[in-house]
Amino acid sequence: MAATVAAPMTELEKCPTGIHGLDEVTGGGLPRGRPTLVCGDAGSGKTVLALQFLVQGIRQFNEPGVFIAFEENPQDLATNMASMGVDLNQLCAENQLAIDWIHLDASEIEEAGEYDLEGLFIRIQCALQRVHARRIALDSIEALFSSLKDQGMLRSELRRLFAWMKDQQLTALVTGERGEGRFTRHGLEEYVADCVISLDHQLSNQISTRHMQVIKYRGSAHGDNQYPFLIGKTGLSVFPITSVGLDCPAPSEQISSGVPRLDAMLRGGGFFRGSTILISGAAGTGKSSLAAHFARAACERGERALYFAFEESREQIIRNMRSIGIDLAPWVERDLLRFHASRPSLCGLETHLAGILAAVEEFAPSFIALDPMTDFIAVGSQSEVKCMLTRLVDFLKMKQITGFFTSLTLADHSNEQSEAGISSLIDCWLLVRSLEQNGERTRALYLLKSRGMAHSSQVREFLLTDTGVDLVDVCVSAGGVLTGSARREYEARQLEARVRHKEVLARKKVHLERRRRDMEAQIETLRRQFEEEEAEMTAAMKNIMEADVRAKNDRDALTRSREYDLAPQHT
Amino acid sequence: MTTAVTEEEQKDSTTRWQLRLYVAGHTTKSAAAFANLHKICDEYLKGRYRLEVIDLLRQPQLAAGDQILAVPTLVRNLPLPLRKILGDLSNTERVLVGLDLRPAAEKE
Repeated sequence: MAATVAAPMTELEKCPTGIHGLDEVTGGGLPRGRPTLVCGDAGSGKTVLALQFLVQGIRQFNEPGVFIAFEENPQDLATNMASMGVDLNQLCAENQLAIDWIHLDASEIEEAGEYDLEGLFIRIQCALQRVHARRIALDSIEALFSSLKDQGMLRSELRRLFAWMKDQQLTALVTGERGEGRFTRHGLEEYVADCVISLDHQLSNQISTRHMQVIKYRGSAHGDNQYPFLIGKTGLSVFPITSVGLDCPAPSEQISSGVPRLDAMLRGGGFFRGSTILISGAAGTGKSSLAAHFARAACERGERALYFAFEESREQIIRNMRSIGIDLAPWVERDLLRFHASRPSLCGLETHLAGILAAVEEFAPSFIALDPMTDFIAVGSQSEVKCMLTRLVDFLKMKQITGFFTSLTLADHSNEQSEAGISSLIDCWLLVRSLEQNGERTRALYLLKSRGMAHSSQVREFLLTDTGVDLVDVCVSAGGVLTGSARREYEARQLEARVRHKEVLARKKVHLERRRRDMEAQIETLRRQFEEEEAEMTAAMKNIMEADVRAKNDRDALTRSREYDLAPQHT
Repeated sequence: MTTAVTEEEQKDSTTRWQLRLYVAGHTTKSAAAFANLHKICDEYLKGRYRLEVIDLLRQPQLAAGDQILAVPTLVRNLPLPLRKILGDLSNTERVLVGLDLRPAAEKE
């Protein structure tokens, strides 16, 4: 008592578990020097959690541990953990870990009088001393309740055991099987009041998902939600992604989609890095092809791309994409592109999510594709899918990974409806619609939204060519939007009309030219006539003047002849 | 009952019973168990048993071998099958049933 009163103001010290995600959920680990109860159904992962707690303590924090097994024997434990890359035998040989298997066979036991569990204490003490343990796990001490009849004694001994472990400053993890209406079958929570973690195994649509929840953590804040966890090749990992807030960075760098015309629709530069792109459309509208374009563009920039395929295998995708001129194989060889192909019904949503996150963390890509995301609806309800995608999108945004989701829609007109649930999560939404005209099917691409950038609102015809996806302007005529052969026919008609018009013009030009020549000839004629007239006129004038001179001369001569008769007047 | 030594070693080869009494230090329970066991053995197994008393405080490592949890625990190593009787052996009926010295008619 005195010891607990002595430190009233010190904050609870925590003992990091080293288990991926669990320390985040618990805000740093389990309460140091105190017992923590882990409860859950059979097969919910209690033993793995308990062993991981010890193994990580040894590996990461140099804290040896003791495992008191009441259920499985050490050989079974070692075999089970070997599949997760942990060699228990070696840890034991190195004196880092002590495992004591406590086994009581009720059939060979008779109770005759009073007893206590000092023997158990002695054995635990013995193991603790052997490795100088700081951590201990009891899995699951409740087994004693079925082997011992004197339950009153057992309860008081358990109380003594937990108090004793506290005195020893041991960080303890105690497991217990879930009981009806309570955390554990025999009420272990009565003794372990500081921290209670519940593991559970939910089955929906015949697919199971593991969840972990911190039910109680005295003296500490903790995440309240149910967090999915995985038991995989690297042991147990928890995914506390709901803790991600909306405070992720928003880069303004634009990255190419790999389709120049599409980039052009997006202010010329492509999508924002770290944005989430959804493409929806009916079957065969080229969604996967666009995803492949994206992936290739990322690889060409020297970045890594991760492609989650839920309908096709890696080989199928590579082969199919080659048919439209996108060769992904070299990028796979250079390990810039990886595929994860699995059936959606293989496991639960949370397990899928956990698997996706684990793969992303391992490969650290800058681009991921989920093709098609809608397959998840077969696994969970729409709200569950939305919940999962929210967490995925948050995670991707935190890591600034561009996400490309394809969405398969069945009927064209219900497109917008069915995706309303998730569209709010999406930054950029492309819609490929098939149009049926004149007995053929064509595709039209719409850019429904693109957050944070001006974008084209025009419809483009979506073509799958030998060199990949191409976008072409559609023709808007009086008859509506024309695509495919209707567009080509329209274009041809337009061309023909232009040609005809040109011919008419040319003819007109020739005609005009002729007229010009006529006109010029006439002008020439007129000028000639004028010149002639002018010349005639000049000649006439000259004649008159000459006549005048002649007449004057004649008159002078006459006068002179008359002056002879008169006296000269001067000289 | 001080140490882990052989107590009642009777003649020998006919000895068919091998008993071990696990205790943890000097407690009233261990003293009672020892006394009660003596009484029973004297009455039912005179000259046919060998008893070993193990004090786990002194030899803690021996607890694992016989899977001892509770103290006091009496283990019948021979004759087979192995039997364990927990407690201070104050309930003679139960001890006899546990040791198969009396048909387990009323038990179970």
